Amino acid sequence: MLGNSVLTALTRAALFIGLALTGTALAQQPLKIGFGMSLTGPLAGNGKAALIAMQIWAEDVNAKGGLLGRKVELVYYDDQTNPSTVPGLYSKLLDVDKVDLVVSGYGTAVIAPAMPLMMQRNMAFMTLFGLNVNSKFKYDRYFQIMPAGPDPAVDWTRGYFEAAMALNPKPSTVALVGADAEYPHLALEGARAHVKRLGLKVVYDKTYPPNTVDYSPIVRAIQATNPDLVYLASYPPDSAGMVRAANEVGLKTRMFGGGLVGPQFAALKTQLGPLLNGVINYEAYAPDINRKFPFLDQFLAKYQGRAVKEGVDPLGFYLPPYAYAMMQVLEQAIKATGGLDQAKLADYMHTYEFDTFVGKVRFAKNGEWSVPRMLTVQYHGIGGNDLEQWMKPGHVTVLYPSEYKTGSVKAPYHENKK
Amino acid sequence: MEISTALLLNAIIAGLLLGGFYAAMSVGISISFGMLDVVNIAHPGFIILGSYIAYIVNDRFGFDPIVVSLTVSPLFFLLGAALYRVYYYSFERRGQESLRGLAFFFGILFITEVALVLTFGVDYRMVSTRYGDVTWRAGEVGFPMRLVVPFLVSMVMVIGVQLFLTHTFFGRAVLAVAQDPLALRLMGVNPVRVKELAFALSIATAGVAGAFLIVIQPVQPAIGREFIGLVFAVCVLGGMGSIWGTLLGAFVLGLAESFTSTYFGPSWAPAVSFGLLLATLAFRPSGLLGR
Repeated sequence: MLGNSVLTALTRAALFIGLALTGTALAQQPLKIGFGMSLTGPLAGNGKAALIAMQIWAEDVNAKGGLLGRKVELVYYDDQTNPSTVPGLYSKLLDVDKVDLVVSGYGTAVIAPAMPLMMQRNMAFMTLFGLNVNSKFKYDRYFQIMPAGPDPAVDWTRGYFEAAMALNPKPSTVALVGADAEYPHLALEGARAHVKRLGLKVVYDKTYPPNTVDYSPIVRAIQATNPDLVYLASYPPDSAGMVRAANEVGLKTRMFGGGLVGPQFAALKTQLGPLLNGVINYEAYAPDINRKFPFLDQFLAKYQGRAVKEGVDPLGFYLPPYAYAMMQVLEQAIKATGGLDQAKLADYMHTYEFDTFVGKVRFAKNGEWSVPRMLTVQYHGIGGNDLEQWMKPGHVTVLYPSEYKTGSVKAPYHENKK
Repeated sequence: MEISTALLLNAIIAGLLLGGFYAAMSVGISISFGMLDVVNIAHPGFIILGSYIAYIVNDRFGFDPIVVSLTVSPLFFLLGAALYRVYYYSFERRGQESLRGLAFFFGILFITEVALVLTFGVDYRMVSTRYGDVTWRAGEVGFPMRLVVPFLVSMVMVIGVQLFLTHTFFGRAVLAVAQDPLALRLMGVNPVRVKELAFALSIATAGVAGAFLIVIQPVQPAIGREFIGLVFAVCVLGGMGSIWGTLLGAFVLGLAESFTSTYFGPSWAPAVSFGLLLATLAFRPSGLLGR
């Protein structure tokens, strides 16, 4: 009898100690967040800047004790800006590295190939600057941190065409051109929707291979059609190539630009310098409206010094704050739901507003920002290749949306060169 | 689309300028692959290395990138000679050059790329030159100096290589080793030494072509991969081992790209270029000027 009691007590004690040890071990295991990021290849400059922002977030969270009592660990691989690497990379993250959560790498081209796997595994998928990726997938656990708005394809290009239709006399013809890649295709799709809505005549609608060396034949072909507007959707190398070619050819049109990836970052801003005068583009921030983005200063204070040391975008106005904000959304959802249940996380993210370094964020039903906030701007008065001028007001006029507007389009485009 | 004279002339000029640049990129492949039978798939990696050296000196001291590349070309020559030695002793001498040699050069390409990423980061780099943003105009025809200057230097380099190969003893030895290394050995010449120096010359041209590239467009460490197909296509189209053929092949592809972009849509340019390559090989398997 006594022996049985002792045995029972010992068993209970062992069980208790075992459970306690298991609990402690679990608490000591880091909370792993996995993703692919473009650390080499054409978008590596942007990818590395985003990675630094995410690392700063992880350090901040760990300094406060981590999440759910566990240290946060970022597990990431280089996707080489190559969409074909993405499915395998996320399979490895989920099956081999056993990450608890996943987020996306930077850009449409690497988000889209991750989607089927995310849907198969029912993961809540927080993504970074993908344009209209969920329009085809319609995945209810997809979320996107770029402020493109609930109808991204159309909202993305709305600012360009709203500014164009404010011209007097109104434009009647448009040339549409972009790279043969995921993002430019989606942006051009949106542009075509506006062209149809506004009754503009398309005189040129073509794409080019991303590895084109000389863009001047393309610009000359566009010039031969004499369009009132030229809408361009491009990635960094071709943004530089098209802007240079437009200057060399002496492109005569009323508005040029719209969807150039690249001039948001210090590298292309300083390298192209005065060649950007007159170009219309999108930006997430402009020094002229600094007062309306007070939250950004908190992030830049953490980011800029480190970015200079690591040789990536020293401005950090565009992508890095949103990469940090993406992780803040995840952090707040985990804290609020008290766990890692993917359904609960997704449900919370759909329901509540988030307070982040890029301001208040609320998601629409399709996972996009409920209200668009991307700025349509025009560059002007750029006098040299120094970076300082881009940090001061006076060179980036905000044309759209109206609540941030600081001026109107200066047209025609070529007159801005004088 | 209306075919105006100005548009036509501009398409021709743009095609020729582009072809001149392609010739500079490919002349080294014409030597290593066309003459020496060394499948140097890392050639674009050395072009990018040349771009970065031109960039560093231009950024720090303001020197012209093309002048810098010509100045440091002896270093590329030495690098090429050393690389061939490694390749020869590790693969060629053992008769393992086909697949393992290819893997070796792939490795060199990736090592170059990663070394550049670790040293300079992943941002695009550009150089500033006095002529970079200047366009000389003759009526409605434009001559962007960003392309004209590399074109002129490229012509001097490619024609110089051709004259060197046909008018010097060493050059003729290179041509001989391309045809029959055994016969060369029987005549008392060491074909390995000849191949080493010829390979070194090919790498030296890559360094100079790298400066052209960064004058023409921004460069990042991985951009070399995009030119692998192009440099081999130019070499094969022109005729293996023919420098004049390489020049002709480069002009054909440059003009094809320019005309397609101007009149039919730029997305067709690669298809038209490689279609031309296939059609040429169907009727002339040895290339335009190949024997």
